[in-house]
Amino acid sequence: MFHWLEKRPFFFAVAVFLTIAFAGLIEILPNFAQASRPTIGTAPYSTLELAGRHVYIKNSCNACHSQLIRPFKAETDRYGHYSLSGEYAYDRPFLWGSKRTGPDLMRVGNYRTTDWHENHMYDPAGVVPGSIMPAYKWMFTNIADVDTAYAEQLTIESVFNVPYNKPIPMKDGSTSTVALADSLEGAHASALEEAKLVAEDMKNQDVKDAVANGQIPEIVALIAYMNSLK
Amino acid sequence: MENRPLEYDYSVAKLFMFTTIVLGIVGMLIGVILAFQLAFPSINLLLGEGLAEYTNFSRLRPLHTDAVIFGFTLSGVFATWYYIGQRVLKVSMAESGFLMFIGKLHFWLYVVGVAAVVVSLFMGITTSKEYAEFEWPIDIAIVIVWVLWGISVFGLIGIRRERSLYISIWYYIATFLGIAMLYLFNNMEVPTYFASGGIGAWYHSVSMYSGTNDALVQWWYGHNAVAFGFTVPIVAMIYYFLPKESGQAVYSYKLSLLSFWGLMFVYLWAGGHHLLFSTVPDWMQTMGSVFSVILILPSWGSAINMLLTMKGEWQQVASSPLIKFMVLASTFYMFSTLEGPIQAIKSVNALAHFTDWIVGHVHDGVLGWVGFMIMAALFHMAPRVFKRELYSKALMTTQFWIQTLGVVLYFTSMWIAGITQGMMWRAHDEFGNLAYSFIDTVTVLHPYYTIRAVGGLLYLIGFFMFAYNIYKTMSARPVEENELQSATPMAA
Repeated sequence: MFHWLEKRPFFFAVAVFLTIAFAGLIEILPNFAQASRPTIGTAPYSTLELAGRHVYIKNSCNACHSQLIRPFKAETDRYGHYSLSGEYAYDRPFLWGSKRTGPDLMRVGNYRTTDWHENHMYDPAGVVPGSIMPAYKWMFTNIADVDTAYAEQLTIESVFNVPYNKPIPMKDGSTSTVALADSLEGAHASALEEAKLVAEDMKNQDVKDAVANGQIPEIVALIAYMNSLK
Repeated sequence: MENRPLEYDYSVAKLFMFTTIVLGIVGMLIGVILAFQLAFPSINLLLGEGLAEYTNFSRLRPLHTDAVIFGFTLSGVFATWYYIGQRVLKVSMAESGFLMFIGKLHFWLYVVGVAAVVVSLFMGITTSKEYAEFEWPIDIAIVIVWVLWGISVFGLIGIRRERSLYISIWYYIATFLGIAMLYLFNNMEVPTYFASGGIGAWYHSVSMYSGTNDALVQWWYGHNAVAFGFTVPIVAMIYYFLPKESGQAVYSYKLSLLSFWGLMFVYLWAGGHHLLFSTVPDWMQTMGSVFSVILILPSWGSAINMLLTMKGEWQQVASSPLIKFMVLASTFYMFSTLEGPIQAIKSVNALAHFTDWIVGHVHDGVLGWVGFMIMAALFHMAPRVFKRELYSKALMTTQFWIQTLGVVLYFTSMWIAGITQGMMWRAHDEFGNLAYSFIDTVTVLHPYYTIRAVGGLLYLIGFFMFAYNIYKTMSARPVEENELQSATPMAA
């Protein structure tokens, strides 16, 4: 059989393809519908949080920080409850990372504050002596891309039925909704409202001034995203 | 019937040899910078505060991995294909104007793609998926480049004189099909600009998969990009170049059959070992773990087949630096295909995952196996492509030892770093509290990060010696009348 195949490139290629495609068919396909169900209390990202997530991705934070808590005592002691599949239902892309040069950030919103992030992103070693994380000062002046975040919200709502403007069950039995603006101007306005809440807790005067003038520096969006990680 | 030997056309092979060297320097140089940044964070401000956004670790890291994978390695794969393909199929590219055109188009579109990748990653335009960071416009360009390569491969096979496909050709076909399938499925994404009716950045997209599914597809891709980028085509190279260079026939045809089909079937299952203890279903994690261990068989099959090809001719390892490179590459292949399965065992993975041990594993494979094999391939090709003797054997030998030392420093320091960090993360004191804060587990790594950076620097220095040696071969040696047929004759 092998000699026969080696003289017939077409059939050879077909045989190779079937052999390599087999594993993917069995491993990946059956799980799809099941794994994408959200857990109770998991809500989609607001416009500002999503813009912050884009800042996180733009700067490859995931190169050094994981967002996956494994079910070991040492990890749950350090980072909180281990990760559940449904908590990632609205993560496109997933940001589990593959290397912990810095600590896990899956639930960083539970134990770090806006003030801590502001100081830490500006001068990591000043907050955590011995830290090897670079400073991210440009985030205090670069303006976050709210347009793209809004475009992504519209896309996931229409293509993947992400439940914006719909009641989402919370852990305490209540429901909450994540609003999606019906226009770009509306999206900017609601992102700015959220940004003002974050900026209230910040000390950097340039950032405060920018938000007061209707602009959202990247750091504000990033902190909004970090605070949402719980 | 013609009796004279065929004249092969190496113009496309030459072009890709050039990008192999240039992108190898770029990728490894960035790697060395990254390594020093981890040891000495002030190097993040390499070009001053103003350019910090573009020189800090996190922005450079995807550039390093992608330059080495899609720049250095892929160029090496293409260069060797355009060399080996003609020779084992017994047909010259010059016989088909169409294939020459496709080959050159393939090269130039590839260069355009590389340029687009470099610019976009510096700007921070990324999907965040490892080794698949490119946004959809570049994905489309990559698919076109890949299809052009496919036309080259199957076109040349279509006009071949030798009916039977040599082992190397099997592996090149598998590389083409494997990457095509993986890349397409992992990069399924919806461009937000078009889906939202023209809002935001035109190049932005959102993944078709979410959360756990996205992770599953990504590591099915990520692991097998290693399979079909770092293993399969490199095995194609060694199956051609080691027998050619040593003058020995491949040890066992049956062993090569077993390892080829075994590798094809087993490798794809193993991606799950990147997701052990994650939210992926347990049975998939177990499959990933089990198949990773089984993967030792086909991997060692190829490696042993290569080492036994040298049976009775081991004195060549001492006398020829080129054989040294290939035998060490084979050895590192065995080494890292044993190390990988060990790390895929669940209890070991609990310790090793997220640590520098994984980084060490990648690098003993890539520096020791992929890097050495591609450089050996180019050393073998250079005299035949440029019709000149190799410039310096002494320089090759020096390079070999400097780089070997570099690799050894690299993986030993990363072993110690990874295991130290993993142990410290999980350590509890007598009261059941965590024994170390996270920063303790970072500062302790400083000496190992420094040693690693030095190891990487040695490898880079060796690579510059390689580039110089090839450059001098091209420019300083006299042209020989005929193609050099015997094993590489080298000046002292």
